[in-house]
Amino acid sequence: MLCDSCRERDAVVHLTTIEDNAVHQLHLCEKCAADRGVETTVSTPKHPLGEFLAAHQHAASASTDGVRCTFCNTTMSDFRATGRWGCARCYSNFEAGIRELLRRVHGNHRHVGRSYRPPLSESLERAAVLGELKDRLRRAVESEQFELAADLRDRIKVME
Amino acid sequence: MSVDLSLLPDGGVGWLDASGPHSDIVLSTRIRLARNVEGYAFTGRARDGERLRVLSQVREAVASVSTLQHAVMYRLDELPPTSRALLHERHLVSKELAGLDAQHPLRSGAAVFLADGLGLMVNEEDHLRLQALRSGFALQEAFASIDKLDRDLGSRVPYSYHNEFGFLTACPTNVGTGMRGSVLIHLPGLVLTKEIGKVLASLQQMGLTYRGLYGEGSEVVGNFFQISNQTTLGRSEEELLDQLLRVVGHVVEREAEARRVLLRDAGYIIEDKLWRAYGTLRYARSLTFDEAMNYLSGVRLAVGLKLISSLSVYTLNKLLIFSQAAHLAFAEGRGLTESETNLARARYVRKALEQEAGSVG
Repeated sequence: MLCDSCRERDAVVHLTTIEDNAVHQLHLCEKCAADRGVETTVSTPKHPLGEFLAAHQHAASASTDGVRCTFCNTTMSDFRATGRWGCARCYSNFEAGIRELLRRVHGNHRHVGRSYRPPLSESLERAAVLGELKDRLRRAVESEQFELAADLRDRIKVME
Repeated sequence: MSVDLSLLPDGGVGWLDASGPHSDIVLSTRIRLARNVEGYAFTGRARDGERLRVLSQVREAVASVSTLQHAVMYRLDELPPTSRALLHERHLVSKELAGLDAQHPLRSGAAVFLADGLGLMVNEEDHLRLQALRSGFALQEAFASIDKLDRDLGSRVPYSYHNEFGFLTACPTNVGTGMRGSVLIHLPGLVLTKEIGKVLASLQQMGLTYRGLYGEGSEVVGNFFQISNQTTLGRSEEELLDQLLRVVGHVVEREAEARRVLLRDAGYIIEDKLWRAYGTLRYARSLTFDEAMNYLSGVRLAVGLKLISSLSVYTLNKLLIFSQAAHLAFAEGRGLTESETNLARARYVRKALEQEAGSVG
């Protein structure tokens, strides 16, 4: 079967669309399908983020590569290797890149679902902050950021 | 220590009873929410101690969550591989949490809470994976129960949440609502009439995706597909579920139509094919998992078409779960080699069909 659009190449993508309850069928070659923004199974990377990661592999600049998450020490190259962020704070630390990533993955970057407020309890909050400071301290020591470590140690002392 | 599944009132597989809507075509409906606990690195980045702290914090909170009051907790990190495989085969824990995935070794603090149709996995890819499981096509019912659990738990444990991006998850494909609704559906009619390609292609255009029996990365066997929403951000939970409801509803109608067409245009060919599947299951002495799934698919279709009347969908559902390798080994009380597993599977299936054979045919 020839492509309905260019009438030159074989149709390999069979596009079904539903408009006003009527089903339309279009038979396209891979190129014409791609031109219409249809991802073909042939070109879809296996990793859901493969395309984004590959694009970033080339575009990554030394400046973003050096940035570490202040909480968990994750870098952009860690993310490229695993496809996973290290902690919630990564979303703030890599905010601009993440916004672009989310746009590609979801076609959107703004949450419109249920909103949420964490429970507010003084002791809970204090415990969480303290736990977080201690984790950061351990990481700072491990990565030999001694100035930061001293600062964190002081803050922990005040809280305890 | 091995797992004591008798602690679970319904063995954790209440959905097998085929009591839900459209259960001849839709096996089950599952909704899961991905959440992380504020203040810790995500599971993959966290240390053993952090994961254990997440577990103890969650455990304390769960004690006062009404829907999980009588939940049973299993520590995956304290169970032998056979028991973990058993929980995985019942779809109660993911392959990753069970430590059965070569890429993700078993983690300390990996646990699951299970109660009547609800589950809470701790220290999966995200700290928390809440899930609701229902028989048949029951998205709204599943959502109502998981939403309640989510609100109860979220008022006791602080979730990681961002005003712009929503609920934060380790993988950016889950961020936002963190919600994945999936419907396990049996589509032999669409496969036999070769309509399935078109249906699957149109799913992708509607923002949905499909996978095999065991979710992400699993192959489609026995004409069982899991259809779920692809994106989790930029649309509300209700909009995502509404889309899934409408599209799956449409797929169910098309499957029913394909079955009518098959019977009308190829009645005796289909009838012969399905009875052969039944015959094989009834008398075979060795069955691989894929073989069993494919023949069970044929028999399930025959029951749906009312060609076989005395066999219940419940029995067929049970066969799907209990004819898997870990379940067979559990029933035999020892580890089985692959060929022993195939023999045990054929024996188990034969017995189950014999028991209901009374007036078959």
